[in-house]
Amino acid sequence: MMGSSEEGMESLVLDDDDANNRNDKSSFSTTYRSAMSSSSSSTSHPLSAPPMTSTPADSDPLLAPPSSYHDLLLRNPSSVSSSSSPHDIDPPAYTDVVFSPFDETTAGVNEINGHDSPTLSSSDSPHSLSRSPDSIRITVSNPQKEQETGNSLVPGGNTYVTYLITTRTNIPSFNATEFSVRRRFRDVVTLSDRLAEAYRGYFVPPRPDKSVVESQVMQKQEFVEQRRVALEKYLRRLSGHPVIKKSDELRVFLQVQGKLPLAMSTDVASRMLDGAVKLPKQLFSESVVVAPHEVAQPARGGRDLFRLFKELRQSVANDWGGARPPVVEEDKEFLEKKEKMQDLEVQLSNASQQAETLVKAQQDMGETMGELGLAFVKLTKFENQEAMFTSQRVRAADMKNVATAAVKASRFYRELNAQTVKHLDTLHEYLGLMLSVHAAFSDRSSALLTVQTLISELASLHSRAEKLEAASSKIFGGDKSRIRKIEELKETIRVTEDAKSVAIREYERIKENNRTELERLDRERRADFSNMLKGFVLNQVGYAEKIANVWAKVAEETSGYVKEST
Amino acid sequence: MEQQQQQHRTPSGANLSPRSPSSSPPYLFVSVTDPVKLGNGVQAYISYRVITKTNFPEYQGHEKIVIRRYSDFVWLRDRLFDKYQGIFIPPLPEKSAVEKFRFSAEFIEMRRQALDVFVNRIASHHELQQSEDLRTFLQADEETMERLRSLETGYFKKPADLMQIFKDVQSKVSDVVLGKEKPLEESNPEYEKLKNYFFELENHLAEAQKHAYRLVKKHRELGQSLSDFGKAAKLLGACEGDALGKAFGELGTKSETLSIKLQKEAHQLLMNFEEPLKDYVRSVQSIKATIAERANAFSHQCELAETVKLKEINLEKLQRSRSDKVGEAEIEFKELKADSEEATCRFETIVRRMSEEIVRFQDQKTLDMGVVFHEFAEGQARLANSIADAWRSLLPKLEACST
Repeated sequence: MMGSSEEGMESLVLDDDDANNRNDKSSFSTTYRSAMSSSSSSTSHPLSAPPMTSTPADSDPLLAPPSSYHDLLLRNPSSVSSSSSPHDIDPPAYTDVVFSPFDETTAGVNEINGHDSPTLSSSDSPHSLSRSPDSIRITVSNPQKEQETGNSLVPGGNTYVTYLITTRTNIPSFNATEFSVRRRFRDVVTLSDRLAEAYRGYFVPPRPDKSVVESQVMQKQEFVEQRRVALEKYLRRLSGHPVIKKSDELRVFLQVQGKLPLAMSTDVASRMLDGAVKLPKQLFSESVVVAPHEVAQPARGGRDLFRLFKELRQSVANDWGGARPPVVEEDKEFLEKKEKMQDLEVQLSNASQQAETLVKAQQDMGETMGELGLAFVKLTKFENQEAMFTSQRVRAADMKNVATAAVKASRFYRELNAQTVKHLDTLHEYLGLMLSVHAAFSDRSSALLTVQTLISELASLHSRAEKLEAASSKIFGGDKSRIRKIEELKETIRVTEDAKSVAIREYERIKENNRTELERLDRERRADFSNMLKGFVLNQVGYAEKIANVWAKVAEETSGYVKEST
Repeated sequence: MEQQQQQHRTPSGANLSPRSPSSSPPYLFVSVTDPVKLGNGVQAYISYRVITKTNFPEYQGHEKIVIRRYSDFVWLRDRLFDKYQGIFIPPLPEKSAVEKFRFSAEFIEMRRQALDVFVNRIASHHELQQSEDLRTFLQADEETMERLRSLETGYFKKPADLMQIFKDVQSKVSDVVLGKEKPLEESNPEYEKLKNYFFELENHLAEAQKHAYRLVKKHRELGQSLSDFGKAAKLLGACEGDALGKAFGELGTKSETLSIKLQKEAHQLLMNFEEPLKDYVRSVQSIKATIAERANAFSHQCELAETVKLKEINLEKLQRSRSDKVGEAEIEFKELKADSEEATCRFETIVRRMSEEIVRFQDQKTLDMGVVFHEFAEGQARLANSIADAWRSLLPKLEACST
């Protein structure tokens, strides 16, 4: 059946042997592919071809046309329908021929992945873990309303929704293979923020929107379901990222029962309140409070207000080009890549939009064909009922053939479309990923800004020290107060030097992350797009053939008329 | 009459020599061609060349070409409707479309095709083809036609009035309320069934035609979206570069190719699927006009019969009383009787013709629709096959890009 054969292909395309990974430089550079291969085939991930579960006839979302074609995919998320392939739909003849070689030969698959390693030949069953290492599979289900306990400002309490998050994994750091936890959306935001801090320079998958407005507008149930799907997608993407899947933050989120023990992202106001006590004086006065490790984080609101101002001044200075910033982005390769990413984003956006229009047009075609068929069915019934002449019955029979064909063709169009949606969704996924790329590049530039700021700071500290020394040397016997100031200044300089080293190390680290992630993105994107194109085309071929056959039959049945009429 | 050597395509595809032997079977071939826009502004209209080839003795010569416009066809239809009551007169395409659409190439072609079908149906109907009005239509010069046309305006029924006849019949029901006679209707269950059949048939057909029209639109939209998608794919390919970029480029090109095919098929669908369905609907509407005419004839016949009876009684009274008004009354009675007989004859002719026509109609429609369905199916199959072929040809190139 189509579903299983497609899934089979899916997992094979993704399967790879970790051990033979040529790109192995550090732990996080195991290819995404190998990471994905260990996930069961229906894990949906932005950087892989989407799971091609076929639409089960009985839960055909197209029977109730979704508002956007994205819903088509969303309604078939984790329902791993390898078990529910429609019984009455044959896979397109052509695709049968083409799909099976993927199951049996490994060469084709490896070509896609660019690896020589043998592939696993079985398709992953969704309900059992793959034998490959580092696999992790997450499901989000069972939304429930819960009450806020304790200090609620609203009488009657505040309700919120929690979701059951179930994980199956063989990653050792989890110390368990299957476990569940309940989380609310706020926890997801926290997780996302923590990851953004901890994994600067990486392409961290973007989390679902908070969409406050929508929740007011939409039916609660619909909204909750949409959110559930979005959360699942997000967590699966996270678990598909070679580095993040092994992160502490994710592990804690997925496993630790009860309240999420990740610090919540503090808003500016509260941070200002408790931060006022600990204002870093190093950038404000001469005494040293700077904690070097703090420079490894970007400046945010609250406590870092003053650092923010300093860096803002620096960036403005950079902008005006008054003085050339002490360190500039020199990496030509990076700048080229960045430009290419920008171009790619534009084209992706365009292609994604046109893909959506195409899908809508295909859907409309199918629907209209179906309606035409039904109209002829009614006509057939009518002519048969009211027939007074044989010619009417003959006509009724002809109409029935046309009607049947139209209805069949309509179904094929709708199936074609369901598959097309899944394939072309790859475009959307990669477009969404651009957000992560922006964030990663932004990590880089803010790290650079920190370095620049510290360098400027050091320069001004040094010049102040020089001035003081010069002034002090003029006074015979020494200037006690000045000498003391010079000592303090030297101390500040020393600490700031340390901070600068840390900042530079951080910057280099982020640069390296950018580089490897770009490589990974390019590699995986090209493979995924290649699969997308193949899948899309195969699909079109297969269904066009089926539709052609349906009509050829009718043409055959009515061929007598053409010979008759002159 | 000039003999014009025309290399004109006739329905049979044969090129007729003007010197066909007179012992050959009788033929009458007509075609409506070459639409040309004439006049300016609001007065602008389309004229058509109507070419006749025939060996009917009543016709002047074997070939004739005349120029006609839409209202000439209307004149012909109205005359036939009036003179051949009971026969299903072939329908005409609608009077006019929205102004800006009126002179679009598509509309003009659709109308030309419909007019051609109209005339040919008349020419191949065993009774209608004998019509003198048809001969006039096919042969008269333009001035004569114009004169005839203006004579008929206001006298004979306009298209809208065909339905008016039926409405008149219906309005007679309201006469009951006003105390007038209840309108007489045939109490013929089989005929009732037939009337209901045509009324319902129109609804079903109209629905099918509506969906057919939508299908045409969807083909166009799919074509457009493929074209746009193709362009976007090409741009994306240019950005990606390498083998993958080429693959996108190829995909884009194929999409654009298929877009063109879809537009072509949309046009075919419009002309050969949607239009025939519309024509079917029009035919049923024309039949409804005939049904109205029959009702009209029936009630007229009944009325006269009643009147005759009354007049007869009156006459006898007068005769018994040896009144001097007897003579006058006798003449009146004779005239009335003649009228009544004529009315009865008219009605019976309609009934007879209708029963023949229905058989003919059903048979013809089955043949017509058979052809329509066949071409529809072939068109869809052809389209699907070329889609499959186009995409299939892409596969080896896609293989190459993943190596």
